[in-house]
Amino acid sequence: MNRSSFWKRFWRRCRANPITLASLVVLALILLTAVVGPLLAPYDPLKPDFLALSQGPSAKHWFGTDQLGRDVFSRVLHGAGYSISIGLLSVALGLVLGAVMGLVAGFVGGRVDAWLMRVVDVLLAFPGILLAILIVSIFGSSYVNVVVALAFFSVPTFARIARASTLSIRNLDYVQAAEALGVHPLRIMFRHILPNATAPLVVYSTLRCASAILGGAALSFLGLGVAPPTPEWGLMIAQAREALRSAPHIMLFPGLAIFLTVLAVNILGDALRDVLDPKLKT
Amino acid sequence: MAVYLLRRLITAVPVMLVVVLLVFLSLQLVPGDPVDFIIGPDTPYNIDREAYEAQIRQQLGLDRPLYEQFLRYVWGLVQFDFGTSIRSKLPVIEELIPRYQATLELAVFALLIAVAVGIPAGVIAAIRPNSWLDSLVTTLALMGISLPSFWFGLLLMLLFALQLGWLPPSGRPTSAFTAEGFAYVIMPAVTLGLGSAGLIMRLTRSQLLEVLGEDYVRTARAKGLPPSAVVLKHALRNALLPVVTVVGLQFGELLAGAVIVETVFSYPGVGSYLIQSVSNRDFPAVQSGVLFVSLTFVLVNLLVDALYSLVDPRIRYD
Repeated sequence: MNRSSFWKRFWRRCRANPITLASLVVLALILLTAVVGPLLAPYDPLKPDFLALSQGPSAKHWFGTDQLGRDVFSRVLHGAGYSISIGLLSVALGLVLGAVMGLVAGFVGGRVDAWLMRVVDVLLAFPGILLAILIVSIFGSSYVNVVVALAFFSVPTFARIARASTLSIRNLDYVQAAEALGVHPLRIMFRHILPNATAPLVVYSTLRCASAILGGAALSFLGLGVAPPTPEWGLMIAQAREALRSAPHIMLFPGLAIFLTVLAVNILGDALRDVLDPKLKT
Repeated sequence: MAVYLLRRLITAVPVMLVVVLLVFLSLQLVPGDPVDFIIGPDTPYNIDREAYEAQIRQQLGLDRPLYEQFLRYVWGLVQFDFGTSIRSKLPVIEELIPRYQATLELAVFALLIAVAVGIPAGVIAAIRPNSWLDSLVTTLALMGISLPSFWFGLLLMLLFALQLGWLPPSGRPTSAFTAEGFAYVIMPAVTLGLGSAGLIMRLTRSQLLEVLGEDYVRTARAKGLPPSAVVLKHALRNALLPVVTVVGLQFGELLAGAVIVETVFSYPGVGSYLIQSVSNRDFPAVQSGVLFVSLTFVLVNLLVDALYSLVDPRIRYD
């Protein structure tokens, strides 16, 4: 499928379903916020205002203020960049590591394949964000460590997908022909096989992005992510817990932001899957 | 069957050993000297710090080469010796066992909720594909998958515990299988099971849709069987085969997800223990918590495999 026909089909798929279209708009807005959010924020997200503690939403403070009098709306706008970049970067890192592992395993085969797949088995033996918790607990909590920890959580599945695609492409005539012509194996892997194995990887990347954003926010919520007073969404919810009874609005908005972002990414991921890889179903 | 299980168990052993090795090595990667953590920054003036450190190092076997430490560690694990908590000075296993039970209870209830909601919802959606009911259920499932559990848990707590006062907000006074304990497990289990319910619903729907298009289903319909019998007796059985696998795998995911949910509801399970231990820098406790969860996960996967051959007579292992 060439590029223009892909976008045309994706656009047609989005237009056909109002929910998908709405997700596209929501996600575009959130991505915009992630980039220019800090410029739009009406207040300094870190500056306390002791005359306006835990106020409910008002014309002055759209989402109210937190226990330190900081403007929740400004903090949510600033937080978009953290949550979304953690999601994107960790998936990108996981995709690169996993795809290379899978390509090499599927292409070289034999002992290399067996060993790489055992590595994948071991990584898969740590369910969910457990491995991320272990990594962060050892190396300490920081932005970079969270990204790396979450990337490890995506590597095994990317590796398996890339390996399966490689195996199905590896014995096709054009690959055999390239091999017979003496093309370098690395060139075959990355120029001949990889471009034809991208569809399932792209689909999975989108869906993984959603879980990585959730995972990043969860790590921050658990105190294993970025440090306070960073306006990260998960961390904001953790801090708002103390005021759950007296000022529930403080935790309401950052949670809504995470939820809408992840939901939009998931809906678009489904749409992308329908277009790119109709055979894949969950 | 028994032979197959045994063989799978044996192949799982290397994976488990590597998991143990990784978790063991993770302690070596921790910056700083564990002995410093144990002694703390201050020593009484009348104690020779270096001699004291050497003594502790010898007691813990830290003066031995790394491979010997590892072998000792594995030997300890075989005897259920998971080390001593730095914070409480108690054997980690003593602290973990009651918490492990709490986490298993939570995960079991969450899985029950996920299955009880997910499978019927998937069937409802698949019976009338692309109807408004299908869209509704499918959208709800996607919302369940997209909800941050820690946020949803707090919303439940706010509504049902703080506002309405129907359920206790947090804790676990007794086993969830008692009337009193059950009230405490409802909210955490719903929070934990929601995402899995969404996944199970989506899978049930897509599998059932696929099976409903097959010839034998058309035959059953042509025979004049009532639609409910066609769906429930003929189609669903085959559609549920892959669902069984995913439900099994979800159990492991729930164990990991419990880390978050237990923290929200101050539920005394392995997950909240893990997080407390991380913040106390109590590494033997962290290691053991991670080991407990991941080894359970490996074993559950093994059991799912075995179960799979029971529900699908086409699969023969010999």
